[in-house]
Amino acid sequence: MQRYSALALIRQSINGHKGWKPQWREPEPKRSYDAIIVGGGGHGLGAAYYLARKHGMRNIAVLEKGWIGGGNTGRNTTIIRSNYLFDESAALYDHALKLWEGLSQELNYNVMFSQRGVLMVAHNVHDEQSFKRHVSANRLNGVDNEWLTPEQAKEFCPPLNIAPGMRHAVTGAALQRRAGTARHDAVAWGYARAADALGVDIIQNCEVTGIERDASGHVTGVQTTRGPIASRRIGVSAAGSTSLVMAMAGLRMPLESYPLQALVSEPVKPIFPCVVMSNTIHAYISQSDKGELVIGAGTDAYISYSQRGALHIPMHTLEAICELFPIFRRMRMMRNWGGIVDVTPDRSPILGKTPVPGLYVNCGWGTGGFKATPGSADLFAYTIARDEPHPINAPFNLERFGAGRLIDEAAAAAVAH
Amino acid sequence: MLLIPCPYCGNRPEIEFAYGGEAHVVRAADPGQVDDAGWTEFLYCRNNPRGDHAERWRHAYGCGRFFNVKRNTYTDHIEASYRIGETRP
Amino acid sequence: MTQAYRLAAGGRIDRSRTLGFSFDGKHYKGYQGDTLASALLANGVHLVGRSFKYHRPRGILSAGAEEPNALAGVGCDDAHYTPNLRATQVELYDGLKAESQNRSPSLVRDYGAVNDLLWRFFPAGFYYKTFMWPRKAWTKFFEPRIREMAGLGRSPQTPDAACYAQRFAHCDVLVIGAGPAGLAAALAAAKTGARVILCDEQAEPGGSLLAEPDAVIDGLPAADWLKAALAQLAAFPKVKVLARTIAFGYFPHNMLGLAESLTDHAGEPDDTSPRGRLWQVRAKEVVIAAGAIERPLVFPDNDRPGIMLAEAARIYAERYGVLPGRKPLVFTAHDSAYRTALALHRAGCAVAGIVDMRPAADGPYAAAARRAGLPIYLASTVSGTGGRLRVARATVVSLAGGAEQRIDCDTILMSGGFTPSVHLFSQSRGKLVFDATLDAFLPGAPAEACRVAGAGAGLQTLKEALESGAAAGAGAVGGAAVTYQVTNAPLARGGFIGVVPGHVDPTSVRAFVDYQNDVTAKDVSLALREGMRSVEHVKRFTTTGMATDQGKLSNMNALGIMSAELGKPVSAIGTTTFRMPYTPVPFGYFAGYARGELFEPERRTAIHGWAAERGAVFEDVGLWKRARYFPQGGEDMRAAVARECRAVRGGVGIFDASTLGKIEVVGPDAAEFLNRMYINAWTKLQPGRLRYGILLREDGFIIDDGVIGRVSETCFHVTTTTGGAPRVLAMMEDYLQTEFPELDVWLTSTTEQYAVIALQGPLARQVIEPLVEGADISAKAMPHMSMVECRIAGVPARLFRVSFTGELGFEINVPADYGRSVWEALMESGLAHGITPYGTETMHVLRAEKGYIIVGQETDGTVTPADVGYSGMIGKAKPDFVGKRALAREAFATQTNRKQLVGLLTADPALVLEEGAHIVADPAQPKPMTMLGHITSSYWSETLGRSIALALLRDGAARTGETLHVPLESGDARVTVVSSVFYDPEGVRLNG
Repeated sequence: MQRYSALALIRQSINGHKGWKPQWREPEPKRSYDAIIVGGGGHGLGAAYYLARKHGMRNIAVLEKGWIGGGNTGRNTTIIRSNYLFDESAALYDHALKLWEGLSQELNYNVMFSQRGVLMVAHNVHDEQSFKRHVSANRLNGVDNEWLTPEQAKEFCPPLNIAPGMRHAVTGAALQRRAGTARHDAVAWGYARAADALGVDIIQNCEVTGIERDASGHVTGVQTTRGPIASRRIGVSAAGSTSLVMAMAGLRMPLESYPLQALVSEPVKPIFPCVVMSNTIHAYISQSDKGELVIGAGTDAYISYSQRGALHIPMHTLEAICELFPIFRRMRMMRNWGGIVDVTPDRSPILGKTPVPGLYVNCGWGTGGFKATPGSADLFAYTIARDEPHPINAPFNLERFGAGRLIDEAAAAAVAH
Repeated sequence: MLLIPCPYCGNRPEIEFAYGGEAHVVRAADPGQVDDAGWTEFLYCRNNPRGDHAERWRHAYGCGRFFNVKRNTYTDHIEASYRIGETRP
Repeated sequence: MTQAYRLAAGGRIDRSRTLGFSFDGKHYKGYQGDTLASALLANGVHLVGRSFKYHRPRGILSAGAEEPNALAGVGCDDAHYTPNLRATQVELYDGLKAESQNRSPSLVRDYGAVNDLLWRFFPAGFYYKTFMWPRKAWTKFFEPRIREMAGLGRSPQTPDAACYAQRFAHCDVLVIGAGPAGLAAALAAAKTGARVILCDEQAEPGGSLLAEPDAVIDGLPAADWLKAALAQLAAFPKVKVLARTIAFGYFPHNMLGLAESLTDHAGEPDDTSPRGRLWQVRAKEVVIAAGAIERPLVFPDNDRPGIMLAEAARIYAERYGVLPGRKPLVFTAHDSAYRTALALHRAGCAVAGIVDMRPAADGPYAAAARRAGLPIYLASTVSGTGGRLRVARATVVSLAGGAEQRIDCDTILMSGGFTPSVHLFSQSRGKLVFDATLDAFLPGAPAEACRVAGAGAGLQTLKEALESGAAAGAGAVGGAAVTYQVTNAPLARGGFIGVVPGHVDPTSVRAFVDYQNDVTAKDVSLALREGMRSVEHVKRFTTTGMATDQGKLSNMNALGIMSAELGKPVSAIGTTTFRMPYTPVPFGYFAGYARGELFEPERRTAIHGWAAERGAVFEDVGLWKRARYFPQGGEDMRAAVARECRAVRGGVGIFDASTLGKIEVVGPDAAEFLNRMYINAWTKLQPGRLRYGILLREDGFIIDDGVIGRVSETCFHVTTTTGGAPRVLAMMEDYLQTEFPELDVWLTSTTEQYAVIALQGPLARQVIEPLVEGADISAKAMPHMSMVECRIAGVPARLFRVSFTGELGFEINVPADYGRSVWEALMESGLAHGITPYGTETMHVLRAEKGYIIVGQETDGTVTPADVGYSGMIGKAKPDFVGKRALAREAFATQTNRKQLVGLLTADPALVLEEGAHIVADPAQPKPMTMLGHITSSYWSETLGRSIALALLRDGAARTGETLHVPLESGDARVTVVSSVFYDPEGVRLNG
């Protein structure tokens, strides 16, 4: 792999940057691989990388129907945090957060992981109870998360409106200082480049159209728009299309796919120092390195694969943003877009084996998959390589729904009483 | 914002409605007779297709009635709406 | 200052109205009808901005929405300040204050320009390759530097002073764009009597006709035809023309978003009338007549101030009477630039030459230029430009080779042809088709009821624009087609995409593709070299098309470069996705009226005013405002709550429970319906009796609870939690309509019909008794958990004997309009008994002392009836109820390792644990600790003189008596597991 560094950049600058090599090859698909990952997002590319790097596999393909990083990896608002309530979730997301902290160095690719802190704003007694429960659980789990008064919250994020007369006044906030944002495209590209260097074939414009199985039910390979490819291990990491791919193996999934919208403002000079989330009034905002305010909206009400949503959804989001940050009311929306999020009944992911031997699935991250990218990829690789889940992802199995062992982060955030 | 044809009231904007999920997910007459796998299917598993989808909507801020809509989940085009109990077109 | 570049006559500006304005503190004059850009040009100002990355000096490039360079911050003060406004769209008013951006300390001398000297080190995506060491340096050092350099304008720091409006509209035809095609469309549709909305982003409708001195339409000069057309439209009662209105988004089912600017052009702000209005228009048919945007040419140093689009230069001359320069050089691949040259020549400019990439130019405009004696360089290119803050010269060279020729000039006017504006059509999910002869994506098959007309459909003449517009407008409503007679508007052809050919070493020069983001042709090549193949990858790697103009000028040229380098036709590369908004729209438009107290409705009970008058402290519960406590004489919450608790336990308290959800369940099958919904049995409940009901989700978890009264054989009065009312009603309707349609039951929400007043305490009966008519409420006649219909204080009431405090209690349901008067009657009656109003906090404490759960506090969506010790309530004989089947699953059937409701007592009775704190067996264990559960409720119990807590604890039922630990931030707290009922476990007081 061509090493990236300041020195390399200077050297290339002198010869007109003609010496930069492709970050990944454009291979033709081979007839067979030891493992196939369906889906070239951060999770899938990362899984291929860790399979090669930690589990000694080399003959791996990532099949991407479009362009790598073009799904939710490239469409999210890049919030990274790990202050989840349940032990299982905290372990999962904190595993990811620890990998984020060294990811640029690991991949030799600056993913711009910026630990600016994520502030989750509380607006009523119920929010406070819920957030303090999070803070307490996180503290005992070794995950940083602290409770701030409204004044402390404003000090951390000066644009925040904490006027007591607000319709939903700020009553406090939970702050995870290690949390932050990263550059989403760079995550996909960084993993792709590093995986490619380890021999992984990244095959774009290659849509899986069927999953082949033998008489015992074990997978034997996939049909694709670029021909059949054999493999006895298939990992599906195709957020937004999981139900469709799994249906090819005869599996109905506990998933529904909803449009999720986000938007950015025109870029401005630094004004917003952190990430702020308000679940009660549905506002999620940070500022990108380019200066855009990056704002997450909610999901539309109905399932859809159209990668767009209705106008009233971002309108509602901007109502909340303007209420929390009235100085941004004159800022202008520059671009709005939509992704497709696969939502599970308990709002926690599914990461593990399936009833079909040789078929593994990584899905159901809902609106929060980006933050888990390195952790999820690492654990998915482990699961595929050993045909058994890592203890961290073991609870996130498909069987939990039938058994009633849900990991219900959404319910835990609960509702007003 | 979708324009949803309520079979009782006619075309109305989406904000008058509540989405009710996949249609024709039948709750067994005697749930006690359904095994765990079957009940898990009923509770959690959905077709979630890209393309034609039969789904329930309730005209929550109108007549209050539930009804079914056949909508393409890729184009958002609505092909038909029909009352609960009517067969899927 | 004089307007040195203003022509003596001509243009649509109002020369009788001189306006003063300032730019970067310097004062200038312009005229009514100017834009900030045209007024600056009139004063000879080209240098107006600095680019994003290299801080290159930049001038005004265009005359419209596509402007990437001339961005300014505008506003009289910080509360009215908007950054990043395109000077080409800002209408001039007297006193306008504008400033340039992304420069320090000034436009002329900008420290950031050091980046420009170091440009070789900052190619596309350089940041991915460096700044990785040391690890913490990215967040702490490099990132703040990069952020500071980037970012263009500055955000206001003061809350916006303006207000905004929103409106819904419906129409038969929405016509977008009031150029010739849009006007013709609106006229054709309006003639049939259709409801038409015509919108245009500019202050004045007319589009290209606003700068059209030559053409004659149906015998009228274009400007006169325009006037007549607008007059005709104004006469149709069902036609609405919206100027200054951008159609920014196209949503499913022909819903469009329009942003109408109302006051920004008018000068001194009037904050009491809306600054803008967001329209949500549902149109039966849409006609898009959005025109086309001229493309720049990508040649070395094509970004100096003074270099602008040729058509824009002509618009400045014809519409604003402003010369962009006195010695223009034209560089083109399209005939229309010859028209610009001729117009400037006629206006007195010394045209330095017309450099045409094409080997021949034989259209009527070229012929006229030749006749006018303008120097024409065919098959030639501009290989470089010079001039630091303003272009001063260009080098021109034949494409066949040969010597470079230096030509002095003060502007370079370029044209690479026109790109149809297919944004809205593409947003609607219509298919785009690449037309190789036009080098343009054109609208193909539509996905919505929508038609495209004029230049936006790739049509190139005025006649075609008018007739296609008329056809679209008529076609939308079944009207008749129209033909137009047009003279003096010949076809202009040509066009080029990609980087212009030349002979210079490409590594030594920069030819800009995306001006604002400083993306050069080399950057696009670098992206391809690094393996980026998808147009989306190239966009994201180089950031081309990601600036505030969203690629209006750059996308086609980037595609052209990709096409040439990859050897693939543009059609095989495709384009990036068009997304809303077409041009940026202020957040305030979207937020509209929703601010302050209108942000969300506030729900208040009938007794709210009484509580507010007495200084109650309120809390938000969902949309409701609930009185939390009633402080007296400077009490804090703890003191007030202690006093309120003492009053209820020792005398009588009064509580506003009106926010509880209420549903009337009526019909012959009402009991059977409730049997199927709630876990409890209802058949045998006698009329006049109450029962506490638990409602599960189908997956077995508690979703709601509440007391249900049987009013009669066929009528139940169901109560729900405050937040749960709509959810429960929707769930009931769902089951009733779709699963149990055979049941004859009606559901009606009565939450807002009843005010509910709880009277609690040993003296409650004494207070209420004198006010009751028509019922015997003695302990014998009306035991705990019964109800009667009667009159209270003369008002018809449903009186429940029920308690959420553990004391003798009543809940009085009266019509909401009488709520306050009944409350006041009770207060008066209770005066002698020391009646004390109490709030939700006291209610919480008292119910916790009794171990009563609150759904949403003791439960969190993962809790079953057995978990909270309520499995005894399940109607055992019932074959089915919602959630029953799910509870039969293994995880619940065995109840091993479940978290169960318990009480906790701290070793230190004064210590009130924090709600949400977690419980462990061994506080000394390393992290991550094994947590056994958490505190769901925790209070100071005035009754018991110590703290109490409820908790969900793993295998809690079996742990009674165990000592456990709650590690708090302040240190470890030792707790003992006890019953969840702390007070009066036998329930003696209830039956008082």
